[in-house]
Amino acid sequence: MRASSSTAFAWPNPLNSLHDLSASSPHPLWKWLRRGLTVAGFCVAIATLLWLMRGNPWDVDLVYSLGTGMTTWAMIEGGISLMTHGSDKQWPAGWRGPALLLVSIALGYVVGTTLGDAYRGGVSSWADWRGSPRAFASYIAISLAASIVVTYYFFSKGKAQAQATRLAAAERDAAEAKLAMLQSQIEPHMLFNTLANLRVLIAMDPPRAQAMLDQLIAFLRATLEASRGGSHSLNAEFARIGDYLALMQIRMGARLEARLDLPAELAQMAVPPLLLQPLVENAIKHGLEPKVDGGRIDVSARREAGALVLTVRDTGVGLEAPPADGARFGLHQVRERLATLHGDAARLSLDPAADADGGCVAIIHLPITEAR
Amino acid sequence: MTAPLALIAEDEPLLAQHLRGELARLWPELRFTETAGDGHSALRRALAQRPDILLLDIRMPGMSGLEVAQALAEDWPDGVNFPLLVFVTAYDQYALQAFERSAIDYVLKPVQAERLAQTCERLRSALRQRAAAPNPDDALQAAVQQLRGLVDAPRPAAPALQVLQASAGDVIHLVPVTEVLYFEAADKYVRVITAEREHLIRTSLRELQPQLDAHRFWQIHRGTIVRCDAIATATRDESGRYTLSLRGHPDRLPVSRLYAHLFRAM
Repeated sequence: MRASSSTAFAWPNPLNSLHDLSASSPHPLWKWLRRGLTVAGFCVAIATLLWLMRGNPWDVDLVYSLGTGMTTWAMIEGGISLMTHGSDKQWPAGWRGPALLLVSIALGYVVGTTLGDAYRGGVSSWADWRGSPRAFASYIAISLAASIVVTYYFFSKGKAQAQATRLAAAERDAAEAKLAMLQSQIEPHMLFNTLANLRVLIAMDPPRAQAMLDQLIAFLRATLEASRGGSHSLNAEFARIGDYLALMQIRMGARLEARLDLPAELAQMAVPPLLLQPLVENAIKHGLEPKVDGGRIDVSARREAGALVLTVRDTGVGLEAPPADGARFGLHQVRERLATLHGDAARLSLDPAADADGGCVAIIHLPITEAR
Repeated sequence: MTAPLALIAEDEPLLAQHLRGELARLWPELRFTETAGDGHSALRRALAQRPDILLLDIRMPGMSGLEVAQALAEDWPDGVNFPLLVFVTAYDQYALQAFERSAIDYVLKPVQAERLAQTCERLRSALRQRAAAPNPDDALQAAVQQLRGLVDAPRPAAPALQVLQASAGDVIHLVPVTEVLYFEAADKYVRVITAEREHLIRTSLRELQPQLDAHRFWQIHRGTIVRCDAIATATRDESGRYTLSLRGHPDRLPVSRLYAHLFRAM
């Protein structure tokens, strides 16, 4: 016997587009060439400026300028890549940056002058300057100013780029967190089993099928809301948990008994959407589903010394077995959400239930805030 | 040929009812046993009523559908036709890959009538073949081969266990795994047998197994894992089953059909 059909289910991944952004950045050699050409452009501009100001031959000034500029640039470029090798920094840390700048400029200045002198046919600028300190000072000032302008140009450009990269990474992290939450809340197994039940009910009991579909819609809507952040009232939270439990009850039949207890005075408290859902899902998946006779789940809220206390308790197989990876992920996710929203002021605990019914109990403590 | 008997094992009542309804519509002669709502009762009922066809949900309380099939292959009596297996699952890509590899039939939930009709056709022709050339032992061997494929399916490895901690009253005994002769499942516990004594640890064999070195510790039955260098002999009886004797310990361990292939003279 061989089954002919198989199916694969994959979540669409909105992160692909973000990854593509970083993948499309140009080759390092091309970036390097582009910077070199930019420096050469600056050198031509400086030579032209000097030519306009002093009236010396343009080609001579160009040789001086290019010699100095390109040497300085090559030194800085090489120095940076040596000093920041293997890190994501754009610029060497501490005193090494300015030191690199000074050494590069000095060397560029010596090479540029030597090249320019050779081009002019063996004159010695060094000898000229010994005679005229003023000409020497103006030459130094021009070289220094040009180097600083060019370095600053590249530095700020690099910084802007690094910032953009960081921003993209932060956006990706946020998107990944949302996706993880969506995936954990709409677990494929839950979704397909619910749809399978729905399909059966449509033929057998249309009004009940409609009620089930409404519950599924309300739950899916809340899941999307939850992935966008924000908050809703405890009343809405209990209604969505009720929808989820009703869906599970259709699947599990008499094996699942559910009780929700929300005191009226707490109904308008604000909570992050579907905060309790991973706890309820764990209670069912790891507590009640594996238990042959099933059991009960109690979800309740109470106020206790300035804190809102939310409890999810099941009478399932308990905590004897180490929690499965999925369960750990659910707990981790709830803790992350609590930490992001309330820091140390909120906490989650999971313990074996103390009474004879067994199972386990998850408790969330939240600082009290009213719904917006 | 008498009308074939089918057993449905499915914990979700609506889905079980629907599957039965669809099968009855596609295959009017098919008879049904009472539906089993969990793994244990599926195993019990299958052994007692010996259905021709067994439809197994994968995720069930008690035992999974895969575990039921494996246990059934271990405990099935000789000379009786092994049920034709069909797995039913909502979503489990790893299991599906394993089924494809072992050529075991499966249907996806929600069960589509067309797909189920194909399965019925395959089941009918398999039953016709069985009726034409009855050979229960070959059928069982074929099923065992397929299920071995599922047993051997790669599973996530856990960090290797070095020392077991078994509590007895106020004392915790530390037992190096290298001293263990064999492990035996006992309800929610595992019995740990060493040359000197026996300990109980609170875990299931299923959870323990991935933490053991598979080259050193061999599963020989769904309830037994033995350290291979503690085995002295494997003796085959007239029905082809092996029994192991151990070095320095009087216990005899039966090897189930699913693992008989481990013992073969070099």
